[in-house]
Amino acid sequence: MKDISQSIPKEDHVEKVSGKSLYVSDIKMDHILYAKTVRSIHPKAKILNIEIPELPKDYFVIDYHDVPKENYVKMIFNDWPVFAEKQVNYIGEPIMLIVGKNKQIINEIIEKIKIKYQVLKPTFEYQSSVIHKSFKKGDIKKAFSKPFKTISYTYETGYQEQAYIEPQGFIVYPEADGKITLIGSIQCPYYVKNAVVNTLGCPDDKVRVIQPSVGGAFGGKEEFPSVMACQLAVAVHKIKQPIKMIFEREEDMENTTKRHPSKITLSAAVDKDYRILGLKAHVSLDSGAYIGLSGVVLARAMIASTSAYTIDHLDITGDVYETNTVPNGAFRGFGAPQMIFAIEMLIHHIAKDLNIDPFSLRLAHLAKQGDKTSTSGIFRDPIIMEKMIEKATEISSYHEKVKAYQDPQIWKGIGMSWFLHGCGFTGSGESTHINAKVKLRKDSNDHVYLLVAAVDMGQGAKTSLKKIVVQTLGCEAKNVSFDNPDTDYILDSGPTVASRTTMIVGGLLARAALKLKQTWVDGKEMEVIKQYQQPEYIKWDEEAMIGDAYPAYSWGVNIVEVEVSPVTYQTKVKGIWSVYDVGKAIDDRLVLGQADGGIAQGVAYGYLEVMKHEQGKLRQKTMTDYIIPTSVDMAKTETVIMENPYILGPYGAKGVGELTLVGGAPAVALAIEQAINKKIHKIPATPEYIMELIKS
Amino acid sequence: MIKFNLNGKDVEVNLDPSSRLLDVLRNHFNLTGPKEGCGEGECGACAVLVDGCIIHSCCFPLANVNEKEVVTIEGFSTTKRYQTLAQSMLEEGGSQCGICTPGMMIAAESLLNQNPKPTDEEIRIGISGNLCRCTGYNMIVKAIQLAAKKGDGLW
Repeated sequence: MKDISQSIPKEDHVEKVSGKSLYVSDIKMDHILYAKTVRSIHPKAKILNIEIPELPKDYFVIDYHDVPKENYVKMIFNDWPVFAEKQVNYIGEPIMLIVGKNKQIINEIIEKIKIKYQVLKPTFEYQSSVIHKSFKKGDIKKAFSKPFKTISYTYETGYQEQAYIEPQGFIVYPEADGKITLIGSIQCPYYVKNAVVNTLGCPDDKVRVIQPSVGGAFGGKEEFPSVMACQLAVAVHKIKQPIKMIFEREEDMENTTKRHPSKITLSAAVDKDYRILGLKAHVSLDSGAYIGLSGVVLARAMIASTSAYTIDHLDITGDVYETNTVPNGAFRGFGAPQMIFAIEMLIHHIAKDLNIDPFSLRLAHLAKQGDKTSTSGIFRDPIIMEKMIEKATEISSYHEKVKAYQDPQIWKGIGMSWFLHGCGFTGSGESTHINAKVKLRKDSNDHVYLLVAAVDMGQGAKTSLKKIVVQTLGCEAKNVSFDNPDTDYILDSGPTVASRTTMIVGGLLARAALKLKQTWVDGKEMEVIKQYQQPEYIKWDEEAMIGDAYPAYSWGVNIVEVEVSPVTYQTKVKGIWSVYDVGKAIDDRLVLGQADGGIAQGVAYGYLEVMKHEQGKLRQKTMTDYIIPTSVDMAKTETVIMENPYILGPYGAKGVGELTLVGGAPAVALAIEQAINKKIHKIPATPEYIMELIKS
Repeated sequence: MIKFNLNGKDVEVNLDPSSRLLDVLRNHFNLTGPKEGCGEGECGACAVLVDGCIIHSCCFPLANVNEKEVVTIEGFSTTKRYQTLAQSMLEEGGSQCGICTPGMMIAAESLLNQNPKPTDEEIRIGISGNLCRCTGYNMIVKAIQLAAKKGDGLW
């Protein structure tokens, strides 16, 4: 049997390079209407009165009055309105849609709409906590009772915009049997379907969701599309005609979810042998105006508090704060990038304050198999970080460069991060919230179809999931198909998020394929369904946040080298080296592609990507002023994948996608820190911030 | 009336000369290979060739193509040079979500037209007007290097 890691042609390669692949904006339909959103211009205000001009024939206003059932978007926390009713809570909050066949006329109507507001005092600070979580490990009081030294720092991180190149969009249309069908740029077909069913209050089989090609997502198309979907479904329910709504870049960037800004305070108790006895952490996340997924993001951030290290005594708390800004949400890493930045900086800052070697301090605390995790679960599987660290330092000449760049006159630096990422949903999420099911169907010609909800948004799920099935069946690839998800035909294998697709969905597919193979009868139509079962040894107390937070962990080492200009304080990234343990790569080239793209986003989060708001109004709203790396900004990368098969993963595979982002920011920040010889406490480490540090 | 050659065929259109070329291509000619990513000439997803050079069709008025040759990814994909580039992109993993890919292919073609043997740095500059959020660019740079090598003499 062929080694599954050996790369095969990407399933959708030809349609992608030739431009034949159809994204939602490429899809045409007869008698289509267009919709545009009327949005709040205040961060917080009561809506007193709305004056709508006389509408031309066949133009429509859709607002909360038209919602048949629930005027909130069903997510994990159900507080996000489909349309604002009496009050708006952020600039850009949708109040109504204007629908009609001519975009110009729609704009003219919107210009004539008069909304009278009573402006209220907005909040932009970490003041009003809406979710509080905490957990403890060991005996924190004892750890802090007589420390040799207590070292405390506060770290801050900014917004990050997903900046997928394809903006959000949907086409929604009525079908003959009263069904409403939605085609959209989405990661999670069933999140959209369930939200629309909830808002329309209709039977489950009256909503159908189809995924076309998706032009990048990175978490940005996890929960936000449900908002657009509910609004458009309400409109189609009323008007009974197809409607297309594709955001322009500015509308997308100003109004869709972003990575939560955070403020993290860490306090470590260290003994005289430089052992970190205990760690206290408090994480503040800015959720924006609605909670949405913020509670889950907070949980992942808190659980990542010790990252790749073992610290025996912990007191970890966190709050989600509501502010009158655009709601924040999922973005590759999901809370972990903020925390991993903070803990990596802290370890270095402790070493600096104690005047000891940071590398040795890290190594002394590196997690080992059998250690207790931050939430008092167990690292059951082998951890090969020492080997990975050795490899990473070797290929990057890390130790030599650290020495060579000691002289601050050189303005060069090299930084390193060690990290892990929990694969799949946090805690019992997979069994209690998701409960994934997959289906394999074989027709009478012995052709096999994968009927799952996994979305290929560029990461290669079409290739890797099909490959798992083909390899398990031992058949030819041409006899297996994996079409884009259409909820009328597939089963809910869960959302395409949380680094769960290969490990969880792929794992279920491998089991289904094995069953199909064992029961295979030539020429007979057959179906195999497999459902997720949580491994019995996994115990998780969601309330107390105690137990095994994840079934498995992927691990990584990033090393970044920079040069900082002594004149402009601009950072140039000179080289990036990474070593990852993803269990087993299902396809080497796909994993290397994730590695390159993930680290580009992670490193840019650390020094390049700036987004801020002023009184609730985002200052960056286009590709011109929100800077993502170009080919010139991006350094060469060298990535090594080290095998460490996970017993319950398909062919040993664990999660990949998010792991490749979470270590980028601390690695580049530590590199800049060395180059400028000043401690960095916030990201992005922009030239302006570097100047402040140098002049202070 | 604006006359131009589109993907090898002479065409005439009677549309507002200030229309964005991107809209004319996508809506009038149903060529949806060029994409709108930003609408302001930053991302390059809408790139097409005008007389062999890359332009951002979202910022290009229709009038400017009068009497010129326009090639979109649909036209380019019938060439041997495309086949070489496409194969190199496959081997190096240069395409992920695919939304930037047609524009990236056009950028590579435009670059190789002007510089058939570009260095790594020249490739990076050559495609720097095309944003990709998935790949981090390295695999695209390698693909263009490979195409330049394999397609020796084609450009």
